[in-house]
Amino acid sequence: MPQLVPGDWVPQLIWLAITFAILYVLMAKVALPKVGGVLDARRNKIQSDLQTAEELRRATAEAIASYEQALAEAKQKAHAIAQEARDKLNEELSAEREKLEKELDQKAKDAEARISEAKTSALKEVDGIATEVAGDLVEKLIGVAPAKGETEKAVTAARQD
Amino acid sequence: MFEAYAAEAAGAAHGAHGEGGGLPDPMHQFEIKRLVDLDVFGLDASFTNSGLFMVIAVVLITAFMLWAMRRQQMVPSRSQSVAELSYEFVANMLRDNTGQAGMPYFPFIFTLFMFVLALNMLGMVPYSFTVTSHIIVTFALAAFIILGITVLGFIKHGVGFLRLFVPKGVPMVLVPLIVVIEVISYLTRPLSLSVRLFANMMAGHTMLKVFGAFVVALGFLGGWAPLAFMVGFTALEVLVAFLQAYVFAILTCIYLNDALHLH
Repeated sequence: MPQLVPGDWVPQLIWLAITFAILYVLMAKVALPKVGGVLDARRNKIQSDLQTAEELRRATAEAIASYEQALAEAKQKAHAIAQEARDKLNEELSAEREKLEKELDQKAKDAEARISEAKTSALKEVDGIATEVAGDLVEKLIGVAPAKGETEKAVTAARQD
Repeated sequence: MFEAYAAEAAGAAHGAHGEGGGLPDPMHQFEIKRLVDLDVFGLDASFTNSGLFMVIAVVLITAFMLWAMRRQQMVPSRSQSVAELSYEFVANMLRDNTGQAGMPYFPFIFTLFMFVLALNMLGMVPYSFTVTSHIIVTFALAAFIILGITVLGFIKHGVGFLRLFVPKGVPMVLVPLIVVIEVISYLTRPLSLSVRLFANMMAGHTMLKVFGAFVVALGFLGGWAPLAFMVGFTALEVLVAFLQAYVFAILTCIYLNDALHLH
């Protein structure tokens, strides 16, 4: 076996040591720092990009929240204004109605008063006419005109029956 | 069949390059060839085919990583994705096994995984050489790892690192036995780690070579069956090449976790 020739071992070992040492230095000092640097840079870039994305997402969420709050406030405000207007309108309406009712009441009362007045005055006239007619009738019947007070008394009595 | 060729190759040892008995020697591909003879302070530091493929692996890995990361884009290109994928694959493997405490050793685990993966994959290229099919290479890596991890364990926990050999909840009577077993299992770690990788690589490539030789030997009439087998087996070997690099790295992570957290 060529592997078991001790005379060939020394040059192999010497060149193994030389080449391995050179390769180690080249890798450790030149090649690997380059690869490691790129990988680190990429990891940092991804990290920072993710962070930025997270920040932007948070800002968006905040904007949405503040928008919704503003919307809710505006809705509340609009609702309050509408309610106020409605209340004011109702108040005015009820005030007017009250006033109108009062006026109508007054008018009805006045009318009633006028009617009763007319009624009493009419009755009075009826009484007068009845007294006169009774006086005249009595005069025609007996030829004597009764005293005015007596016919009046008689008429009142008759009417009250 | 495999044993026969292995024995023949071992018997033929150096120098017998191939064509003994009609079929080419399947172990020939593992031979070390000196491309440039070097002698440093009495040590044989010759640049061999093994060293050449180690250098090719280093150049390929470095070139790919630097080319893929030439524009460090936020949205990666296809090549940059592959570089990032390999980074994250190893990083996740290490993090899953050792937690955050193991991350300082990430460059080492990454280098180890990429180096073994590249050497295994380069071995799949025809006419190339599989560095990881040599036990001395995988054993050196494994021994370095286990030694380093042991030193690390003593630095982190002092003498308390020896608690690693006394699992919790073991009856006192059994402790001596368990400690012996645990020490033996710890000492065999570099062996199992290195032999697993070396044996997988060597066996796979030997099989490929043997069946490749069958295709030629059986010729145009009978060669189709081993050829069909070769196609499937090559795909399997690519999978094994990746899997063994992965297993080598993940076992290193598991051993590292033992040193960092005991258990």
